[in-house]
Amino acid sequence: MKEIVIISGKGGTGKTSLTAAFAVLGGSDVVVADCDVDAADMHLLMNPDFDYTEDFYSGELAFIEQSDCIRCGKCKDVCRFDAINIKLNRFFIDPLSCEGCGYCARICPAHCIRNKERLAGQWFISNIKTGSFMVHARLGIGAENSGKLVAKVKNEAKEIALEERKDFILVDGSPGIGCPVVSSLSGASFVVLVTEPTVSGLHDLKRVYELVKKFNIKAGCIINKADINPVKCAEIAQYLAEEGIVHLADLPYDESFTKAMTQGQTIVEYDHGFLKDLVTDSWEKVKRLVCEE
Amino acid sequence: MINRKPLKIAIASGKGGTGKTTLSTNLAAYIAEQQEVVLVDLDVEEPNSGLFFNGELIHEEPNLKMIPQWDESKCTLCGICRKVCNFHAVIQLGPTIVVFPQLCHSCYACSELCPENALPMIPKSTGTLKDFRSGNLHFIESRMDVGEEQAVPAISKTKNYAAGKYGNANFTIYDSPPGTSCPVIEAVKDVDFVILITEPTPFGLHDLRLAVETVRALKKPFGVVINRYGIGNDEVIEYCTEEDIPILAKIANSRKIAGLYSSGKLIYNEVPEVKTALQEILDHCLKMMEGEHK
Amino acid sequence: MKIAFTSSGTTWESIIDPRFGRTEYIVMYDEESQELSVVDNSSVKNEAHGAGTATSQRIFELQPDVLITGNGPGDNASAALKHIKMKILVNAHDLTLRQAYEQYKNGELKEQ
Repeated sequence: MKEIVIISGKGGTGKTSLTAAFAVLGGSDVVVADCDVDAADMHLLMNPDFDYTEDFYSGELAFIEQSDCIRCGKCKDVCRFDAINIKLNRFFIDPLSCEGCGYCARICPAHCIRNKERLAGQWFISNIKTGSFMVHARLGIGAENSGKLVAKVKNEAKEIALEERKDFILVDGSPGIGCPVVSSLSGASFVVLVTEPTVSGLHDLKRVYELVKKFNIKAGCIINKADINPVKCAEIAQYLAEEGIVHLADLPYDESFTKAMTQGQTIVEYDHGFLKDLVTDSWEKVKRLVCEE
Repeated sequence: MINRKPLKIAIASGKGGTGKTTLSTNLAAYIAEQQEVVLVDLDVEEPNSGLFFNGELIHEEPNLKMIPQWDESKCTLCGICRKVCNFHAVIQLGPTIVVFPQLCHSCYACSELCPENALPMIPKSTGTLKDFRSGNLHFIESRMDVGEEQAVPAISKTKNYAAGKYGNANFTIYDSPPGTSCPVIEAVKDVDFVILITEPTPFGLHDLRLAVETVRALKKPFGVVINRYGIGNDEVIEYCTEEDIPILAKIANSRKIAGLYSSGKLIYNEVPEVKTALQEILDHCLKMMEGEHK
Repeated sequence: MKIAFTSSGTTWESIIDPRFGRTEYIVMYDEESQELSVVDNSSVKNEAHGAGTATSQRIFELQPDVLITGNGPGDNASAALKHIKMKILVNAHDLTLRQAYEQYKNGELKEQ
């Protein structure tokens, strides 16, 4: 079983649309894991049934047992996050400000503060239209994606893939370069980088590829909307060559991607011409490269 | 325009890549043609607004956070520091205490609970704040160093710097980080008005709903700008109508805009419709403030 | 020599866990006594952040001479492991512990 992770560094490059297209092309061989939990949109194209739902806890949050509180205010003195408010002479934790460091609980003389696990959102297993499965998640307001949540989503997908004897796990990776993306990459067999030929696109591509390199993972790159800036595009292509990243495809700027999306479809279901061919060809290349590994 | 209180606006979006930076930079440059404006890029992980201006750097300073520093001479290796750190930012490897600055949340627990005072807190740079000027426009950005994870303290410091130095400017515009998590809340919590920018697509609508939930939870007045109008479908407009959310402007989809953006250029002078849209947004903000005054 | 593996299971036939910080188990093989012992690392699953340093702390306490893993530790974990006198061998994912051990003996594994 091979794990393919798709990342982009920057938002809006078409990463999720492409991941969904690959999932459709891979069909029942592919279990999908949506780890782009901050903007979990992929389900909109996969027709999921939310078959199984579970609450997800991540990080900690202080909680004051009011009946035991002696109102000494020591907790408020030590809190560096202004997370302890006084209302009607009572001390309360502001959940949006609390970082869960646990300092207040450790010094409370009445032992009435303890850290609870923080409810961060929910995660799901769905049957999807490809005849396979998808593991995905939804965060609550103010909740943060974390390495833990990404690891959870990926692990569930992996277990399903093993039980159901699927060949591939396709991971829609987290954005940025922080802990969640580290967790997205960890364990990957191959990485597909999706970028666009803009100043910020190239900048973010380089930052995220530093991570990929560190983990010794082989990578390929798709330049989306390649024709909006041929100069930048050439610059990216040169960067790929220098770094030994496989240049998988240049996709044109085409409104069909959006039109497909409005119908809840991926490009390979909507288009029957060269766009479909380009994306199909990329997927075949990715599969070949992964199996060479 | 006289005697009104300075207006602070955040430009935010649920999802990345919807045109947040395009709108922030163009709106700021457009206002700066007439009056003083401060643009603050709070997307401290990936600040990109600066790519669109050629300003003069007038000030630069490190963003500092407090972290513990091990004083080997005082340490008795009792292990309390490691046990009290909920973030595994302090570990004990045999006779050595190792601190991981990037994991540290600056809670001070290890430092203050150390019986020997062997972990004093010291400032450490986590990135750089830069203050640029170009005519009427002040542009401030903070960039976190690679590997730093805590955006919230950097955001809060950048806001304080802007307010301290340019608090009297008529307009302050925050270019917010994407998403709906803590960094966005930090960026949006003290503004007068939020502009949510979205695309008329199913992804755009889905993320707009989440952003609306967040802004409503913070009880902020807000409006929507639809970018790349003309692609996709009408569901965003229907949603805004149903929810009684004002649509401030629609920016038409155009390859020309995409091309200008890709090479780091401002758009409104080349595309007249964008200028009209910016004026509409500005009018709405001004009208709203007059309303507040009455 | 004591050899540590990041492992998804508890036997010689288990597959190497490619992840360092969030590895399910740390399996130790003592070449002298020829014994295999297992440390459950699943508590680290509950850490939102800092999995790498938490696992490093654990590895340190086990005092292995060699660590065999998959992708390799991230930045923070690497910094922690520098304090341990230990050889780190990577790219052993998809192998069973037994295969990884054989490759190590034949000098086929890549050093980080």
